[in-house]
Amino acid sequence: MEPAGAPGPLQKTPLNSVHRSLGAKMVDFGGWDMPVEYSGIIAEHLAVRTRVGLFDVSHMGEIEIRGPQALELVQWVTPNDASRLADGQAQYSALLYPTGGFVDDVLVHRFGPRHYFLCVNASNQRKDYEWIVANNRLDAEVEYAGEKYAQLAVQGPRALDTAQKLTSTDLAKISYYWFARGEVEGVPAILARTGYTGEDGVEIYIPPDAAERIWNRLLEAGREFDILPCGLGARNTLRLEAKMTLYGHEIDASTTPLEAGLSWMVKLDKGAFVGRDVLVGQKEKGLTRRLAGFEMRERGIARDGYLVRVDGEPAGFVTSGSPAPFLKKNIGLCYLPAGRAAVGQTIQVDIRNQPVAAEVVSTPFYSRQR
Amino acid sequence: MYPEDRLYTKEHEWIRVEGDTATIGITHHAQDALGDIVYVELPKVGSAITAGKSLGSVESVKAVSDIYAPASGEVLAVNGELTSKPEKLNEDPHGAAWLAKVRLSNPAELASLLNAQAYQFYLNEESAH
Repeated sequence: MEPAGAPGPLQKTPLNSVHRSLGAKMVDFGGWDMPVEYSGIIAEHLAVRTRVGLFDVSHMGEIEIRGPQALELVQWVTPNDASRLADGQAQYSALLYPTGGFVDDVLVHRFGPRHYFLCVNASNQRKDYEWIVANNRLDAEVEYAGEKYAQLAVQGPRALDTAQKLTSTDLAKISYYWFARGEVEGVPAILARTGYTGEDGVEIYIPPDAAERIWNRLLEAGREFDILPCGLGARNTLRLEAKMTLYGHEIDASTTPLEAGLSWMVKLDKGAFVGRDVLVGQKEKGLTRRLAGFEMRERGIARDGYLVRVDGEPAGFVTSGSPAPFLKKNIGLCYLPAGRAAVGQTIQVDIRNQPVAAEVVSTPFYSRQR
Repeated sequence: MYPEDRLYTKEHEWIRVEGDTATIGITHHAQDALGDIVYVELPKVGSAITAGKSLGSVESVKAVSDIYAPASGEVLAVNGELTSKPEKLNEDPHGAAWLAKVRLSNPAELASLLNAQAYQFYLNEESAH
């Protein structure tokens, strides 16, 4: 684990003492003191795939953009087309550098025609805020709102049954990647049908001082479904099975959305935005490398940073590698030369200096039945 | 918690000596810190292991950890069941989930290892940091 960038105390979510009292193992996650597991990563992962799990994701950052120029600013700093959003709709997008590389990946929510709400990665939230402000040539109002919200993710096939007990908002009427502003346990809340696990579920944004009460109520509400509190360990294995990219692994300043297999979030026809020129060039000339998913074919587990070979020659690095607890396979993601990234391509992963066979497979590794 | 019939390393292995042979495993603390263990790589029977050097590895869902030899010797047997059932290391690390049996080549090395009380004291010190 990398040490936090700046020395100093770890940041804590409003649920820090709750995690400790539940016996969670805590880790420094990008400067945040976060639970990595409670009962065990495999048990937590399977709870989300088959029943329901509860995650504290209050470390995630929020940035709000308001004013008559709000849409224009969002359009300028993100590659997806925010003009297609209706009130109550969300979209996956990014903040890009002029090089086309990622400042961060973000979820853009439209509260109203003059009000957008961005959910961003914890360790990037200050950088993201400063990036948006620096590119705010239109004079929209940009607010760093990370301290205004705690965020809980309820994920799994019984997630809606669990969360519905706490709110009068009809969760079944919220479509995937839409949200409602309502109440949970009598406090104002944003209820979004989003997640980072590959399962159905809701992400609930609430005032920090209500987080402990709502956390406990959700655990009670989910008891009949054998809910488990889940840590960042299971969150990582769940998102990897669903091939959802992670900042600092698949995506960073040196990778573009096209290389990362996220071309669907890039709307080159929407007008100017930061990074567009480089992406247009990549699309015209073709990519030199692309993200591929692989399964180990011989015994061994690929881990982040391991060297990947094609025909014995170094070709890239594993960006995320792990056992997949639901699929019971050892899987991973890596960048490969574009001509060698097709499904069926044989590769080798160096594990403790031994090349171990793997094969590029179709992704996502896991898709839920809808 | 930590049986007194064996010695411990600061890298969280144990060794139980019977005459000139010994059984090696990882400690309860090691399996707990790793979490769900999903993969074990054991040394080959007949191979030589060297005190303080890696003899194999154990992997959980989230981490890889080398296993260091508490003492030098020749591997007489390995616990092959762990290859197909690595989770046994979470369940019974001090008993059925032993890793290897060795013939010691230099029993004097054992003098530098910790007894159960010293290992427990070491763990307490570590967790206080």
